[in-house]
Formats: sequence, C-alpha cells, structure tokens
Amino acid sequence: MKYVIVGNGVASVGAIEGIRRADPDGEILVISEESTPTYGRPLISYLLAGKIGPERMPLRPITFYDKFKVKMALGSKVVSLDAKAKTVSTDDGNTHPYDKLLLATGGVPFVPPLPGKDGSGVYSFTTLANAETLVDVAKNCKTAVVVGGGLIGLKAAEALHDRGVKVSIVELAPRVLSAAFDDKAGGLVAKRLAEVGIDVHCGTQATEIKRDESGTIVGVHLKDGSFLPAQAVVIAIGVVPAAALAKDAGIKVDRGVVVDERLASSDPAVFAAGDVAQAKDLILDDNRVVPIWPNAFNQGFYAGKNMAGADSPYLGGLAMNSIAFYGLPTVSVGIVNPAPGEAGIELSETLDEENATYRKLVFKDGKLVGYVLVGDIDNAGLYTGFIRFKFPLDADTKAKLVSGCPSILQWPEGFFDEKFNPVGAQEIV
Amino acid sequence: MKKIYPNKAVCIGCHLCEVACVTAHSKSKDIILAHNVEKAQEGLAPRRNVAQEGPVCVALSCRHCEEPMCVAACISGALTKNPETGRCEYNEEQCVGCWSCLMACPFGSIRRHPVKEKIIKCDLCAGRDMPACVEACPNAGLIYEDRGKD
Repeated sequence: MKYVIVGNGVASVGAIEGIRRADPDGEILVISEESTPTYGRPLISYLLAGKIGPERMPLRPITFYDKFKVKMALGSKVVSLDAKAKTVSTDDGNTHPYDKLLLATGGVPFVPPLPGKDGSGVYSFTTLANAETLVDVAKNCKTAVVVGGGLIGLKAAEALHDRGVKVSIVELAPRVLSAAFDDKAGGLVAKRLAEVGIDVHCGTQATEIKRDESGTIVGVHLKDGSFLPAQAVVIAIGVVPAAALAKDAGIKVDRGVVVDERLASSDPAVFAAGDVAQAKDLILDDNRVVPIWPNAFNQGFYAGKNMAGADSPYLGGLAMNSIAFYGLPTVSVGIVNPAPGEAGIELSETLDEENATYRKLVFKDGKLVGYVLVGDIDNAGLYTGFIRFKFPLDADTKAKLVSGCPSILQWPEGFFDEKFNPVGAQEIV
Repeated sequence: MKKIYPNKAVCIGCHLCEVACVTAHSKSKDIILAHNVEKAQEGLAPRRNVAQEGPVCVALSCRHCEEPMCVAACISGALTKNPETGRCEYNEEQCVGCWSCLMACPFGSIRRHPVKEKIIKCDLCAGRDMPACVEACPNAGLIYEDRGKD
C-alpha cells in the first residue's frame, strides 16, 4: 500500500500515527510546500514574541519520520491531482502514484480587496515563514496595524507588542473574539490588551492601506474616519480551505472538501483532514469546516486509520480554543453563541469584572453544549467531558456546573466504572 | 499495557496517594522535605487527586487513553503517545503553557503547575516498577494491572 499525504500540518502527523496503528509497513510519502518538518503552527506567536526559540518549533522529534518510516518531499508543491490515474504532480516536475491520498492542505489566509494591499509591508500570520519575516520586520518598525480581532490577529498583535512595536487592532465586529468566544469574554480580553498598551478599534474596518510615492506604507484609513499611522500591516481575518486541488480533480467541495465518517471524500481513494475538510461536528451533527488544531489532528488520525483499512468512524469534532492574553487564560468549547431565540437553549453567565473572571455555560435540551471560561480555567476539561459524553443533567448536577463545581462523581452511574475501572472492578471488592 | 484503575467503592479519601505522589515526584524523595519545602518553593503538587462528592470519593489521574485528546490538542509536541509502551508521555521542556490539553481532556486529568506556565500530569511513576500511589493505598483502592486494550 502506498500512502501520499499532501501537507505537513498537524493533520499530517495525526494521519501518520493513524496509518501506523493499522499498517506498520505501507509506504508513506508526505509532500509539502513548506520546507520544514511539521511544527506547532500556533507556536508561531510564541516565536514572534520571543518566548521560544526555533529549536522548540518541531511538533515531533526529528527521529519521528524515520521511526514511523515516512519519506518526506519538502519544499515541493502539489499542483495537480489526477484521481483517475491516482497520481499527484508537483511543481518540481515529479509525479507520485498513490493507493490512498490524504489532502491535508489546510487553509489559505483570506485577504480582502483592500486598496493598497498589494506591495511591501503587508503580511499574513499563519506560517513559520511569516513569523520569521515578522521577527525581522519588527526590528525596524515602530507602529503596526493588525486587521482582524480574532485569535490569530490578537496573538499577532500581542507578539509584535512584545517585540516593542506599537500595535493597533482593527475589528469589524463590536468586540474582539466575538466569533470563537462571546462579547463578555471579548470585553475582558480587550480590557487586558488596553492595559498593556495595545489599541483596539472595534466596530469599524480598514478602508485603505495608505502608501507614499515610493510605495512605502504610511498608515491605514478606517471607515470611522480615523487614520492609524503604521509601517506594517498584518492581515488576519481568517483562513479559507485550500481545496482547489480537490475541486479541479472533480472531487466534491462545498466550503471545504466534503468527507464522510471515514474522512473519505467523494472519491473513495482520496481522504481529507484538517482545515481543508468539511467533516462531522459532534454537537451540530452536521458537516462543518472548523479550522482548529485538535480537530485537525483527530481527523488526520481517523483518516489515517481508515486509509489503512481499519473501519473506524470519526465521531465528530468539537470546536475548542484555549488561548491566553498577557496571562489572562481563556477557554471556549462547543456552542458559545447560540442563535437568538433558538429553542431549548438555557444560558448561565457569571461575570466578575474586577477579578477578570467569567464563566458562561450553554445548555440545550438539558445537556451542556458549550462554555466559555476566562481567568479561572482549571475545570475546563471536566466541562468538556460533560459536552463530549452528552450527559443528560438533573437539576442538582446542573446547579453544580453553574456554580463552577463540576466533578467526575456527577457522571451517570456506571459511566465512571466504564471509563476508569472497567472489567474486573467487581472482583476487587 | 498496565494502567492504574481506581475503585470508588473502597476509596476512603485519605489522600495518602497524593502524599506518595508528591514524595515520589520530589527531588529529595523525602516525605517531609517534599511537603514542607519543595511544595512551597517549587510548586510541587500531586498528579493524582481525590475527588469527593458527598460520601463518595475516588482518586483520579491520567487514564493514559488509547486515543488521547490531550495529545491531539497539544500544540507544542510536549504530549505524545508512546507507541511501544502506550503511555501518554509529557516533556515539560516543550510545554508552552497554552492549556489546550487541560481544555481537551474530558476527564479533567491535567492540571496547571502551581507556579510554572506548565502542566502536570501522571507519568505512571516513570522509572518505578509500581506507581507510588498504588503502593501507598491502604485499601487496594488503586490497582495497577494490564486489563487489555484501554
């Protein structure tokens, strides 16, 4: 069996580990446009901030690829996929045959048609190469504007600020982090950013990147009429699935590559995982593109197992983000912004602005389906468990969750032994 | 693989497993120094914790899952599943303290280090034949054995 994996993000590592659970010997080839082995992509903000050095970037030890018997074609871009011939061709003129192919191509940064965006001084922040570039840029840059107040934008802003750059964030929504978190959590984070000296401009948008006669950036015009002087602009609005290969090959693509429970696309020999895939969501029971790290690993892992012949259905991803801003930890899992008026929804919000803590729980039809924690995140995992295992909640248990005291001992009878003390429990007593 | 199975029917909540865990993971390996010095100075803390709900209690720590959510969520490569031993291994050096694993583990088995921007979790007492908590339990409330997969 010959496996080809396109892309070397975390889904790729998940796939390698998944394939090897079921097939110890099949040939695995990873082809990646990027020239480094898989690194912790979210670590690019730590690198840019100077918190870690480049030696900390690899996601797995350098021995990993040998140990898992993986061949690498790095710095090589797949330009076409021939699903009939079962081959992929790369920009360096090679053609690689496969029996099973995994598309783990991730996403590409979305850049809006903003006047002045073309030319020097405008950056994305999704790759190690981007981070390395920005480390250099920060040396000679006094002020920068980050367009986008989501997770990537905020982490880019924080990291540039740590490099001594004066940073302003521009966000269209009324609050930062309004999508992955909610307004109150966004408010606490915005307050923390303002305290350290990062300007946050919400409810407006960039209308033009202003350049002088030589083409050098001088600042950014906003819709509200203000002008933010800057020498550099980071555009961090979001990523869109890099699904062109699949689309051109006639594979079914909606927002992302549509995959079934085995992570197989409309072509049974082609699988997809990670930010490029539109895969099952645990709570919504529907296929979604949810471009987050743990889903990418898990989808890769399940795709790998299924490519190698194991019949292993993917139970669905759970949207989750954990991120800290200047020591203020925040966690968001599942459905955190239910649609107004959605039936069966019950919310509980506990906000302490003085201590910068916030706990929001979202219940639907008597089950926990989402939560946000800011400040005190120690019980995050236990809340995640209640969501993942879809426990029906009685009034007493619900009250305990609401008061911030979840416990494994609140699990339904029998489930504890199933997970922690299976078979043999009875004989011990 | 051998794992630690907690039995809530016989746990009396004495916390001796926590005491043994702290001592085993101390530098001094001395019960008094570990608790009275290293706890305060270095944030030494137990990797196994007693959960209590009314009269019921049980001592919990990492299950070393077959398909660990913490490893899937780890952005830094600090958490990995050892394919040979089956253990979920943690390399503190690599950890950046992003708390993704803490969020992802549905068993709440991962905690923040009390002073460092790092996590702590059970390592099944790497280097010992019998985990210290199991040895210390006066009630056979923790059993270390191989019950097959997961």
